[in-house]
Amino acid sequence: MEFVRHTLPSGLEIVAELNGDARSVALGFFVEAGSRDETEEVSGVSHFLEHMAFKGTPTRSALDVNREFDEMGARYNASTGEETTLYYAAVLPECQDRAVRLLADILRPSLREDDFNTEKQVILEEIRVYEDQPPFGADEKCKAAYFGAHPLGRSVLGTAQSITALSAEAMRRYFRARYSPSNIVLAATGRIDFDALIATAEESCGVWERFDAPRSIRPAEPNQKFLTVHRPEATQEYTVQMSDGPAGDEKQRYAAKLLARILGDDSGSRLYWALSDPGLAEHAVLRHYEYAGAGLFVTYMSCEPERTADNLQVVLDIYRNAQTAGVSKEELSQAKSKVSSRIVLSSERPMGRLSYVGNEWVQRRRYRSVREALDTVASISVDDIQSVLTGYPLSRSTTVTIGPLAEVPQPA
Amino acid sequence: MTEAIQSHRFPNGLVLVAEPMPWLDSAAFTLLVPAGCVHEPADCGGLTSFTCEMALRGAGPRDSRRFIEDLDNLGVEWSDSVSTARTGFSGATVAGNLPTALEIFADVVQRPHLPEDQLEAARLVMFQELRAVEDEPAQKVMIEAQRHYYPDPWGRPSQGNEEAIEAIGIEPIRRHFGLHYRPNGAILGVAGRLDWPELKDTVERLLGGWDSRQAPGVVDGVAGKKVEHLEQETKQTHIAVAYDTVPYRDPDYFQAWGAVGVLGSGMSSRLFTEVRERRGLCYHVDASYHSLLDRAGVFCYAGTSAERAQETLDVMLAVLSDLGRGIEAAELDRLKARIKSGLIMQQESSTARSSMIASDWYHLGRVRTLDEVSRIVDGLTPESINAYLARRPPRDYTIVTLGPRPLEVNIGVR
Repeated sequence: MEFVRHTLPSGLEIVAELNGDARSVALGFFVEAGSRDETEEVSGVSHFLEHMAFKGTPTRSALDVNREFDEMGARYNASTGEETTLYYAAVLPECQDRAVRLLADILRPSLREDDFNTEKQVILEEIRVYEDQPPFGADEKCKAAYFGAHPLGRSVLGTAQSITALSAEAMRRYFRARYSPSNIVLAATGRIDFDALIATAEESCGVWERFDAPRSIRPAEPNQKFLTVHRPEATQEYTVQMSDGPAGDEKQRYAAKLLARILGDDSGSRLYWALSDPGLAEHAVLRHYEYAGAGLFVTYMSCEPERTADNLQVVLDIYRNAQTAGVSKEELSQAKSKVSSRIVLSSERPMGRLSYVGNEWVQRRRYRSVREALDTVASISVDDIQSVLTGYPLSRSTTVTIGPLAEVPQPA
Repeated sequence: MTEAIQSHRFPNGLVLVAEPMPWLDSAAFTLLVPAGCVHEPADCGGLTSFTCEMALRGAGPRDSRRFIEDLDNLGVEWSDSVSTARTGFSGATVAGNLPTALEIFADVVQRPHLPEDQLEAARLVMFQELRAVEDEPAQKVMIEAQRHYYPDPWGRPSQGNEEAIEAIGIEPIRRHFGLHYRPNGAILGVAGRLDWPELKDTVERLLGGWDSRQAPGVVDGVAGKKVEHLEQETKQTHIAVAYDTVPYRDPDYFQAWGAVGVLGSGMSSRLFTEVRERRGLCYHVDASYHSLLDRAGVFCYAGTSAERAQETLDVMLAVLSDLGRGIEAAELDRLKARIKSGLIMQQESSTARSSMIASDWYHLGRVRTLDEVSRIVDGLTPESINAYLARRPPRDYTIVTLGPRPLEVNIGVR
């Protein structure tokens, strides 16, 4: 696999990992626009705008957009997070050109008033979907409590109030502030014709107007809180817990990922053996997430309400024990096997490589081959894990529980 | 481009079916055993999942901890699943580790410890899963739709029910395992980087000595109510509509598949266009095809706020009744493009192929190669699908809703 890149005069960067053995291509426009770029008044606009991209352009109706993707047999969609909005499609190599043109076109959406109003209803329904589905918004509540006024504490979806109040004009202003070509990376993986990719991108995106789209990366000042949200109609109690972790620009992030596997992978981890295997919790996992200038460890747990307090104590004890006693070589080697296997298996599909390659470039302006990724994993030592545990104590956290319990005692 | 499919039936009835994909570094397996919810005694709902949960708590030389540790150290990504007629174990890993991964699961299906001292832990896991569904209304309404649509026991949920889970002891689990974890009726699908003679020898060594046995047949009961409302204080009303279609092995399958695709797969499908894109009624709406061996159903889902639920159901039913009047050439062209690219992309995934070939063997007693599917799809025409729809239009719906208020069923009203 070969890595190549090119920058258009407009500032749009094109990066590609070429794999002649692949049978498909994956293409993604990574826009640096997300909830951390929003203000209170337009909370949820990044995600709403992502929906609006599919609602038509000066030359295409919403139905045209979906129809044309389907005519190519594309696997396509979009996603919005705290930092990035991603528009992607996986297609056969012969559709590369057409897919790039279509994706490029929807990145200059019309944002028509009537489409905006129809789609607003869809967004409001999506908000209700998450209100009906575990953890019933506890993740966003925890993020808000943990980050406080920091932009990373914002909700990606927004609220029913902020979405209802949002105007198409406010969305247009947001679009004009974030969707500069210098703020967008076009990533491609698989059996890519790179010369053709550059030519098509130049033709479809060359005229995009360039402007400054700065983002403030101020350090987070995380809180430690313990909140209980009463939801009597729920059956189980859900817990989301956040603590500080290595940020996207810190080398320790690799050790952080392995630590999360050791302590809280879905199976075979310390949380698994202590809570899931004995059936004390339906689910108890630890994950690490990274952002520019901030990182997060997140614990998710679901269990019968009456076990919540005991389980939270078990989680805290596991974290404290790790902080003082560290992890074993065997645990680390087991975690490395899992992570390495994941890297290898996901690299067999262009779609599996797209987010690795795209995010690596967006976050760090770096390319890492599968080999380099595997070497990095192999190089992590027990001491590296220990320094994460010391530098980022998991025991200092913000916790939100939601479910039938009106009160949950905080573990000691 | 497609490699030849290999298959072998061992004297004990186990079928090994394999597809070499030499361009990959990985290999994946899907092991299906004929133990499903339909085989549960009427008062033992959830027994199959319970048995599966217990079978994974140590087998052969490994206790439950070694079992997980060994799979982790091999880098095997694995999962188990329980459905109406089968229990499945599947996994993927770098090709060199496949034989050891198979050895571990060969122990699971032949020599599980079913440790009595872990029965209570497993029971708690079962309870948790059962309760988790109560908090997932979208999942719950689909489970209920299957239960109402298929005659018992074919629509049974794998999670079982609280009373049965409470009462199940180690004996029913051992009996269920003894009767239904058997090689006759079991299928092992393997795809990826593999050497066929070597694989056959490995499987012969690991599973060739597995004793076959006769299992009792399944007696059909009756289906549930046609229209059912489950009252629950949810933000959205969750709507499931099911209707009859032909099973996977039917000669008309691809016609039926085409019709379902036009109805509800992809963002240019009719349901997505009419319910979400034109009217903004919901976030999720789709239709999917579900097949058992000799019966099948189309299951449509939409979730929407209570005050717009009636309109959503009305539009869904109108779209369904329109479908009976036929599809257009452009709609079929889009579907063909989707299946074509899907077939090619399957060649990038050993996991997708191993599960596909095992499932094909279960339904057909053989595997359709990608080339064969491609030829069949090429042969579909709007006329052929419309002729099928004229014979079997969507009708006679099973409708299950879950939410604060029941809905009216207004067939054909827009």
